Amino acid sequence: MAHAHTQGQQHPIGLYLKIWGLLFLLSTLSYLVDYFQFQGLMRWSLIILFMLLKAGLIVAIFMHMAWERLAIVYAILLPPGCLLVLVGLMAAEADYTLLSRLYFFSGNE
Amino acid sequence: MATESVTNPQPPGLRGLVSDWASDKDAFKQVSWGKAMMWIFLLSDTFIFSCFLTGYMTVRISTTADWPNPSEVFALTIAGQSIPLILIAIMTFVLISSSGTMAMAVNFGYRRRRLPAALLMLTTALLGATFVGMQAFEWTKLIEEGVRPWGNPMGAAQFGAAFFMITGFHGLHVSVGVIYLSIVAFKVLRGDYERRGNYQIIEITGLYWHFVDLVWVFIFAFFYLW
Repeated sequence: MAHAHTQGQQHPIGLYLKIWGLLFLLSTLSYLVDYFQFQGLMRWSLIILFMLLKAGLIVAIFMHMAWERLAIVYAILLPPGCLLVLVGLMAAEADYTLLSRLYFFSGNE
Repeated sequence: MATESVTNPQPPGLRGLVSDWASDKDAFKQVSWGKAMMWIFLLSDTFIFSCFLTGYMTVRISTTADWPNPSEVFALTIAGQSIPLILIAIMTFVLISSSGTMAMAVNFGYRRRRLPAALLMLTTALLGATFVGMQAFEWTKLIEEGVRPWGNPMGAAQFGAAFFMITGFHGLHVSVGVIYLSIVAFKVLRGDYERRGNYQIIEITGLYWHFVDLVWVFIFAFFYLW
C-alpha cells in the first residue's frame, strides 16, 4: 500500500477483466428477469439483488473504494443513507395521495 | 492490507477513521484534493439523481391510471420477432464495457504507458457516444409513438415526464463525460502528465465515468425493469 501511496492505485489488469465479466453476467441475469417475466416479490427481490451487486462491484473495484481509508469511505457512502428516509416518507405520502384520489375521484369520471 | 500498518504511519481501520477525522489540516489521508473533490461532487450528484428517482417513485405509486409496461414500450422488432427491452439491454452492455476500458486506462496511466491509456480512454469515449446515439434513437422512437412529458397513448401521463427527465439528465452526464474523456485523453497523448509525472487525473476522470455507469445501474433497475 506504500506503493499505492506514491504511484496511485495499482492492481492487476486481470482483476478488472474479472469484474467486467461479472458485471456482464449480472446484467444478463437482470435482463433475463424481464425476459422470463418473473412477477411479484420474486421480480422485485431479484432486481434489487442484481442492482446492489452491480453497484457494489463498480464502487468497490472500479472506483477503488475497497482500497481507500475508512475516513473517505464513510464520508461518501454514509450520507446517501438519508435518501432512504426520503424514499420512506415519499412512499407513505404517495400511498396517501393514491388513496385520496381513489376515494374522491373514482366514479366521477 | 496487513502490511499497511508496517509501511504506513497512519493506523488502519476504525482507529484510523477516528485519527484521520481528528487530525490537523486534512481528513482524507492518501487521497489528493482533486480526487476528494470529485468524490464530493459525485455525492451531490447522487442526491440529484436520487431525487429524480424518488419523484418517479412517487408519481408511479400515486397515479390511478395504469403505468405503461416498460417491457413492451421498449421492445424492438428484430427479424420479425418482438424482443422485450433489447435496446436497453444492449445500452447496458455498452456502458459496462466502457467502464471496463476506463478501469484499464487508469491502470495503464499509473504504469506510465500513455499511448494505451489514451487509446483506452478514447475507446471509452466512443462507447459512451454509442450509448448516447442509441438513446437518441430510443427518444425518437418514443416521440414518434406520441410520448410527451404531459401524456402518452400507453397509460399514466406521468410516464413521459419521468422518462424524459431521468434518461435526459443521465444522457447529458454521458455526453459531458465523452467531452471530458476526450480532453483528458488528448492531454495524455500530448504528454502533459508525463512532464508532471502524475497520472492521477485519469483516475479522477474514471471516477466520473464509473459514476455515470453506476447511475445507469439504478435507472435500469427502477425505471426499465420494475
